[in-house]
Amino acid sequence: MNLQSIFNAIARHRVAAVLLLLLVFPLLMPYEALAANILIFGLFAVGFNLVFGYTGLLSFGHASFLGVGSYLTGIAMVHFGLHWLPALGVGVLAALAAGLVVGYLAIRTRGIYFSMVTLALGQIIYYVFYKSERWTGGENGLRGIQATPLDVGPLHLDFLNPTTKYYVIWLFVALALWLVSRLLASPFGAVIEAIRENEKRAAACGYDVAKSKLLIFVISAGICGLAGGLRALHLSVVPVDSLHYLQSGQAVMMCLLGGMGTFFGPFVGAAVFLYLEDLVTNLTKYWMAVVGLLFMGLVLFFPRGIWGTLVHLLKRHAASAGEHAP
Amino acid sequence: MSELTPSLLLLQLVTGLALGAIYALLAIGLSLIFGMLTVVNFAHGAFFMVGAFLGVYFLGLTGSFWLSLVVAPLAAGAIGLVCERFLVRRLYGRGIDYPLLLTFGLSYVLIDAIRASFGIEGLPTSTPAALRGAVNLGIGFFPTYRLFLILATALLVLALWLFLEKTRYGLIIRAGSRDAEIVRVLGVDISRVWWLIFGLGTAIAGLSGVLAAPTRAVNPEMGIPVLAESFVVTVVGGMGSLPGAVVAGLLVGVVFSMTSLLAPEFAEMSIYVLMALVLLIRPQGFFGKAGALG
Repeated sequence: MNLQSIFNAIARHRVAAVLLLLLVFPLLMPYEALAANILIFGLFAVGFNLVFGYTGLLSFGHASFLGVGSYLTGIAMVHFGLHWLPALGVGVLAALAAGLVVGYLAIRTRGIYFSMVTLALGQIIYYVFYKSERWTGGENGLRGIQATPLDVGPLHLDFLNPTTKYYVIWLFVALALWLVSRLLASPFGAVIEAIRENEKRAAACGYDVAKSKLLIFVISAGICGLAGGLRALHLSVVPVDSLHYLQSGQAVMMCLLGGMGTFFGPFVGAAVFLYLEDLVTNLTKYWMAVVGLLFMGLVLFFPRGIWGTLVHLLKRHAASAGEHAP
Repeated sequence: MSELTPSLLLLQLVTGLALGAIYALLAIGLSLIFGMLTVVNFAHGAFFMVGAFLGVYFLGLTGSFWLSLVVAPLAAGAIGLVCERFLVRRLYGRGIDYPLLLTFGLSYVLIDAIRASFGIEGLPTSTPAALRGAVNLGIGFFPTYRLFLILATALLVLALWLFLEKTRYGLIIRAGSRDAEIVRVLGVDISRVWWLIFGLGTAIAGLSGVLAAPTRAVNPEMGIPVLAESFVVTVVGGMGSLPGAVVAGLLVGVVFSMTSLLAPEFAEMSIYVLMALVLLIRPQGFFGKAGALG
């Protein structure tokens, strides 16, 4: 029962739990760049999970928002000399706008169609950035993003120091996670889950399904855009692949691996995925096959994912112990 | 840039039809599988790529393009049969997203399998000897091979139409895509039909790969953009509709080819913009039924 009470405490203070873990996280990882990567892709997966896990819409276009966030943050800094802090804002706003356009078109369709349409619309954005070489560097990606240090009171935040960089990124992730947690706990959070469970019933209850879908899609795009902007600061380049639909597939993979529709799942998924990638690419050049097999194995045998299975087991355990009457 | 004469535009139109023929074939395979199994095959681009590789491989082995045109699609279809039997089949009735994700994973495995067998560089291709040269269409000379692409697709579509509309098996397939339950009650082994349809759909994807191989670079990643393009065609034409697949395939080919003549930097984008417009005006596509998107 001890495990159970720990688990309950984690569930009650979910944001604090994640943040605490992420605070000491760099100490657990082989190197800080990987830790920062996990932070960024964890946030990306959290944003994606809002649409996929909580609303039940499988988007294959979320790389667009990661990429748009990255590119616009980078373009604002490289071409307009903006400081990284407002530039990050530009990136998030651009991702929100892209989410509005893609979402507006995509929510006109349902089910499988939604996945195909988001994938195809994402490809438009990919080609727009790919072809606008003067602004984006085209195939080579956008280079030369340099974040100038920021002084906040006694703190000197310089991105050249990997530890500082990690904790600055951590701060933004913390903010976003708090926002997501509040959103999910709000009545609106219940509405999107109702849409996932039964769209017709949600509509019959008087909720505006189309508007709710669009709203959550846009919010999700904004979170992914923030992840993208942070990634641009972290890498100081924007690879054009970050807009590709295979990148969207990676978000799906992380959610699936960790457990879709759970609060911690995306972070667990991102951490395991990136750690595994780091490990496997050193051993074999067939990383893609490993990812593919992992995908198929998860779908066939383990659809709840790591964290999702844990939650499920503990719930069942609690039910059989009679703590909660079914 | 050369001057835009009417005959140049017409030639470009025919080039578009040749490209559209490949798109139409791809969309037919996708639609066939979706119409029956309500599975979107995210490995469709990978099967196209596998078809292209096997086509080039069998051509080198046997020296006969015609033989490879038969054997390579059969081999791709056989891979499809194995995948349906051991992987996709387990997921029927478990929600529409699962087969989609499974086939997405499958595409990764197929890409790396081809990399492992043929290397990461890809294979050199050439136009089959019998189909080299150009034909005078009255408006100018047009590559024989591309003309052959249009004719081959037309023949295949005709054969498929006859099969679906005029044979007993076609009747079962059409009935099965309307109501699988009733067909099963009438004594038809529907899971066997689904198995064969998945094989047929992937074989057609393989065939489009074999046919497209001489006109483009054959490498393990060639199927990745093709998947997105075949989605565009299916969305424009209407999911699960064969006439829709043909009409939209040809239209998308023509749009691509015309923009690559008139505004080359927008060529890749144009077909996605076309799709966005169709979504705004007619979300179910040209031949799709309204409300059938659920």
